[in-house]
Amino acid sequence: MKRGLFLPIVSFLGFLFLYIPIVSLVIFSFNKSKLVTVWGGWSTKWYGELLNDPQILGAAWISLKIGVVSATLATVLGTIAAMVLTRFGRVRGRGLLTGMVTAPLVMPEVITGLSLLLLFVAMEATFGWPAGRGMLTIIIAHTTFCMAYVAVVVQSRLVDMDDSIEEAASDLGAKPMRVFFDITLPMIAPALISGWLLSFTLSLDDLVIASFVSGPGASTLPMVIFSKVRLGVTPEINALATLIVAVVAIGISISWFFMRKKVKT
Amino acid sequence: MAEPSLAADAKPWKESTATPFIRIKNITKKFGEFTAVDDIILDIYKGELFCLLGGSGCGKSTLLRMLAGFETPTSGTIEIDGQDVANIAAFDRPTNMMFQSYALFPHMSVEKNVVYGLLREGVPKAEAMDRVSDMLRLVKLQDFAKRKPHQLSGGQQQRVALARSLIKQPKLLLLDEPLGALDKKLREETQFELIHIQESLGVTFIVVTHDQEEAMTLSTRIGVMDAGKIVQVGEPPQIYENPNSKFVADFIGSVNMFEGTVDVAVSDTLRIKSPEAGIDLLVEPIAGLKANQNVSVAIRPERIAVTRHKPEGAANIVEGEVEEVAYLGNLSIYRVKLASGKILKVTKSNLLHDDVPIKWDEKVFLSWSNAAGIVLTT
Repeated sequence: MKRGLFLPIVSFLGFLFLYIPIVSLVIFSFNKSKLVTVWGGWSTKWYGELLNDPQILGAAWISLKIGVVSATLATVLGTIAAMVLTRFGRVRGRGLLTGMVTAPLVMPEVITGLSLLLLFVAMEATFGWPAGRGMLTIIIAHTTFCMAYVAVVVQSRLVDMDDSIEEAASDLGAKPMRVFFDITLPMIAPALISGWLLSFTLSLDDLVIASFVSGPGASTLPMVIFSKVRLGVTPEINALATLIVAVVAIGISISWFFMRKKVKT
Repeated sequence: MAEPSLAADAKPWKESTATPFIRIKNITKKFGEFTAVDDIILDIYKGELFCLLGGSGCGKSTLLRMLAGFETPTSGTIEIDGQDVANIAAFDRPTNMMFQSYALFPHMSVEKNVVYGLLREGVPKAEAMDRVSDMLRLVKLQDFAKRKPHQLSGGQQQRVALARSLIKQPKLLLLDEPLGALDKKLREETQFELIHIQESLGVTFIVVTHDQEEAMTLSTRIGVMDAGKIVQVGEPPQIYENPNSKFVADFIGSVNMFEGTVDVAVSDTLRIKSPEAGIDLLVEPIAGLKANQNVSVAIRPERIAVTRHKPEGAANIVEGEVEEVAYLGNLSIYRVKLASGKILKVTKSNLLHDDVPIKWDEKVFLSWSNAAGIVLTT
């Protein structure tokens, strides 16, 4: 009996540890008082204020645009990478390539950010593109590291897929591109959706890399929050953080749902 | 639909003038250091149902995949209907394949699966759909056209796979373990259905299987493979009655094998000394044997009679003790231990109720004629 209770208690404590900060953040976002730590009754006024703050709305809009564009680019490039890694068989240096594609997953963000910044500066100096830093450079940077996540997700899907289904299509007269669009793509679609959502969430969430490669006029939402928090946490930030938690949670849940969904054979 | 081009009794492989439909010439396939298919030469005729039979890893599937165009031979050529297919990609070959896993498109309905090949060929949609419904009727799936593959049973999926691979009326249909995923009863029914479909369409079939019973039932001819080579090609009775090696004798059906040395031919029988058997084995003489040559004698279990009393007039008689009896309904299997310790397997069909069935530990006589023993040198 003792052994039966141990695991549930430990996991319960673990979940408390993980979620108490988030739950308190959500509760305090409905705090009427202007002081973050003092409870002054329920109110949604900070959500209202949030909607009237042009700086935050502007940053949110920029973040959304960056998220959508870089998630889309990352999905396309990551899928191509995954196809090359799983379908082109015994290519020399395949192990190295796999390692290189997945390296950004474990690379410290500071290093990714710094190296991208150096690259952009050097590129601008040599052939003038990208001119200055701003949204474009953030999109390129986010695409770079999100691509690795997409490649991993799609790759695992492709590995699970029975090769002979593609061979069957080819046997029935479909040329390679046709096989990809008729058979492979529909079958890996859940992984693509899941990879896209994951990329979008990661892009929305990123502070470090964006700070390195951003320029004037292109502050993302996390950057704005971070600079505001340095002047003190306001209930408004709590409200904003709650909204972000909601968006991310929905994104991750949908992504998880699609990853779990198996193609029925 | 083409006329059946191979009557049941036509045997083009026996006529020296017949032109083979598929010519496999010195095909070798290496994966790195490993030789999967080793210098195979094989001719297959139009309308045949040819089985490639062998254990796992013998190269039979690799050979099939080379015919389909999924693997490129390391050396050698393949001709289909007089055309060298070396430079023809899988999607342009006049062959179709039925996969072991069926490889149905999981996101398409039965109908869409079957019509896929026709649409790739550029057949107009309306005509294609007509042909699909004919084909679905042939495989008795007309009521399942709108279902998705995962809503079908294993046997139904198998028939969808068959319909899909036949719809383009390929010159050659390749089947990789077509009945492997079905249970025994369904497999037996499907075997005959497959033969029926093959005969009514007149398409040449090459079937890969590891199941010797399946090969015996289906084929016009069998090619037995071992370690990348074809060790014997022949009609099923020929392979069973006259195996050319110990491997084939042992692989097809079950067999009792005696080691021995050639003595001399006594008039019309050949005498083989075999300490294992405890007697000199008498067999029908075959050409090309030298005195004292080491040979094996293979005897099928059903060719041995088991009796309580010493039989009269049998060429070979040994004594033994019953170790085990397995009753299978239509027949019983006896494992009988000889004086030398060798165990022989004997089957006896249960035609009538014996008044007193032979039981464990009984002393029995085993006997067989001199035509029952097959002398094997390799």
